[in-house]
Amino acid sequence: MTALDVTDLHVSTVDDTPVLRGVSYSIEPGEILALVGESGSGKTTAGLAALGHFRTGLKAVSGSVLASSCGGAPSDVLALPEKQRRALRGRVISYIPQDPALSLNHSLRIGKQIAEVLEVHGYPGSVEDRVRETLTEVGLPSDTEYQRRYPHQLSGGQQQRVGIAMAFAWKPSVVVLDEPTTGLDVTTQALILETVAKLAAEQDTAALYITHDLAVVAQIAHRVAVMYSGEIVESGAARQVLHEPQHSYTRALMAAVPGIEGPVGRSEAEEPDEDVVLRAERIEVSYADTKVLRGVDLAVRRGESVLLLGESGSGKTTLSRSLCGLIEKCTGTVTLDGNPLSASARKRSCEQLRDVQYVFQSPFSSLNPRRTIAESVEVPLRQLTDLDKDQRRKRVAEVLEQVRLDPEYADRLPGGLSGGQRQRAAIARALVTTPKVLVCDEVTSALDVSVQATILELLGELRTELGMSILFVTHNIALARHVADRIAVLREGLIVEQGTVDRVLDAPEHEYTRELLANTPKL
Amino acid sequence: MSGGLLRRALGLRQAKIGLTLTGIVVLLAVAGALFGNMITGYQPDDFSGKPFHANGMAGTDGVGRDVLTRFLDGGLDLLGYGLAATAIGVLLGAALGMLAGYTGGWLDGLIMRGSDVLLSIPQLVFALLAIAMIGPKGWLLILVIGITHAPRVARVARQTTVGVIGQDYIKAAQLYGMPRRRILLREVLPNITGPLMVELGLRLTYSIGYVASLSFLGLGIQPPAADWGLMINENRIALVVQPWGVVLPVLAIAVLTVGTNLITDSLAAAAARRTTEES
Repeated sequence: MTALDVTDLHVSTVDDTPVLRGVSYSIEPGEILALVGESGSGKTTAGLAALGHFRTGLKAVSGSVLASSCGGAPSDVLALPEKQRRALRGRVISYIPQDPALSLNHSLRIGKQIAEVLEVHGYPGSVEDRVRETLTEVGLPSDTEYQRRYPHQLSGGQQQRVGIAMAFAWKPSVVVLDEPTTGLDVTTQALILETVAKLAAEQDTAALYITHDLAVVAQIAHRVAVMYSGEIVESGAARQVLHEPQHSYTRALMAAVPGIEGPVGRSEAEEPDEDVVLRAERIEVSYADTKVLRGVDLAVRRGESVLLLGESGSGKTTLSRSLCGLIEKCTGTVTLDGNPLSASARKRSCEQLRDVQYVFQSPFSSLNPRRTIAESVEVPLRQLTDLDKDQRRKRVAEVLEQVRLDPEYADRLPGGLSGGQRQRAAIARALVTTPKVLVCDEVTSALDVSVQATILELLGELRTELGMSILFVTHNIALARHVADRIAVLREGLIVEQGTVDRVLDAPEHEYTRELLANTPKL
Repeated sequence: MSGGLLRRALGLRQAKIGLTLTGIVVLLAVAGALFGNMITGYQPDDFSGKPFHANGMAGTDGVGRDVLTRFLDGGLDLLGYGLAATAIGVLLGAALGMLAGYTGGWLDGLIMRGSDVLLSIPQLVFALLAIAMIGPKGWLLILVIGITHAPRVARVARQTTVGVIGQDYIKAAQLYGMPRRRILLREVLPNITGPLMVELGLRLTYSIGYVASLSFLGLGIQPPAADWGLMINENRIALVVQPWGVVLPVLAIAVLTVGTNLITDSLAAAAARRTTEES
């Protein structure tokens, strides 16, 4: 008997634009089905439909969602009145949201929050015992002391485990997980995935795992359904879909995923003293009493690409911003071609500013929404060069062409562009002054994998065309072989390991690097 | 662009109503001041008959001047004073608020705590104090009302600026060595026009109310000039006998403030919707 059976589900917006065009999937008890797709594919809508929930502005047109509680008769979630549907949620069908920090109530102790789920539906046994049991099941301490903690006293991974405990408290027959590990670093992600897989197997729960991360899918899912523009284009056993994709979209998607294997042997021997463009020595930054960077040394040679690897909180963004003069209170020396740079961008000369450029993480926040793309790209020229208006316009057109952005977008506002196009525009802005060093801070983390692949390709091409150096800051070790010659691993404000890509990936010296490699999900 | 905001706001029904109401009163005030005596045949200071008599369309006032003539003539000053006070308040407040929000630190503290002090004094009382000291002069009226608006606008401007400067495009501008003044004008200001437009409308409504109130109290526009606030005061003793002298200016002020308020509301709604669409 299937636990969840969704048949021919059609969903559209209120003004009748179709969002889902006949989606069907079913999950057996104890099975994990991954629903994958890129942003806008409708995967979240299809997943939330299992709960009978539709986001504001969406409505179900036709189709059925049959959910059966253990041993009970299946009920059509969509046909039920709101009150009965609510009685199912949390008990028979439960939900684990993406961001645990937002979904937990900040002013309720965690023990009470888990108890609430049980009390709301009238748990037959002892609520206290069950809370203790679920906490143990997700691998958290279950003593009263721990239950009295507030969400902010837990780490991100622990918060997500509390979320999982709440979802599994009633031993539901269906659990919907909406990208539950997206905000977490790989080590925590591995633990969370393990917990989910274990619980689903133990409690015979059907799990629907919504994600865009194919590597995670490979690790956890039994079956995979690939969504593309509101339809399931391919589904089947995880191994089969991931390794022998049938549909062209799935194949394209798989090809875009950067594998840790990648091309080998691009980088030559290590000679860090030779031809260094940008050198940072003893960089220290502290906020109040917290030392974010504790004496970092880093060198980037001419034409070289260095991957700065670090998890959230390692200080990688602080380091990259210090190099560009965005963090005034950093101490230590940054030199460009042997000349010292000031810690504040304001005190650097125009030439120095032109030579070190920075691309921000999110293209949604790095472009002024009230300026057209061409205006934004022109800003550095206007501030840092003596070019006149015509020359500037010519240069802007040139660089937009370099980043393969259609000239018709030049006079549009960022709101009219997709994420990938915006990031191209942001890269164009950084390239417009022909820098010697380009610092890219997590430039692909806000983008879909297929877009990520094109941006990485673009950066690689630009590097060979322009002969500039790139400092590529990321948390994703899988990108290393695709973009970098050398890797520097940053952990808690210190560089723990440095070396050529091949050396670090094949024979990591530091314990931490080994741990990272072990926890990185592979296809 | 704020052009987009205006267009979006004008699509709302209440904006159309507000604009019509405001338009009627503004047209009345401007045309009345220019062509009033051609329509009624009297100058605002001419005596047309006995006091509080039914001469002409709306009768005469306490000293026998034609009420309709004075009504037509009395709106322009009020409108002009209100606009000027609003302009001063919004410009000053926006500049201070953006500076405080962008710079932070002690300057932020100084500006915002200073404006808290000003906020703690009721606007009308502050105006009364200044006028009692210096005397009822037009420029003083504008200046005082403008200054009392500034801290209110500054709070809004600071709040929205703080929200904007966390964005990466401000950091990008700093990275390109853009001077502070330019960052404020070119990067921050275009992104906070929504809330500032709302504030502009709101302050205009208040300004009109304050100028009329002060004139009513005899501290604003001075007799023998014709003015709506002043007319209410002059004619209120004969409300039962000759109500037009009070009713006409009251109606005009009410319609004007309701109109500007409706426009403000729709601007606020449009700005809020724009924010949700962009996020």
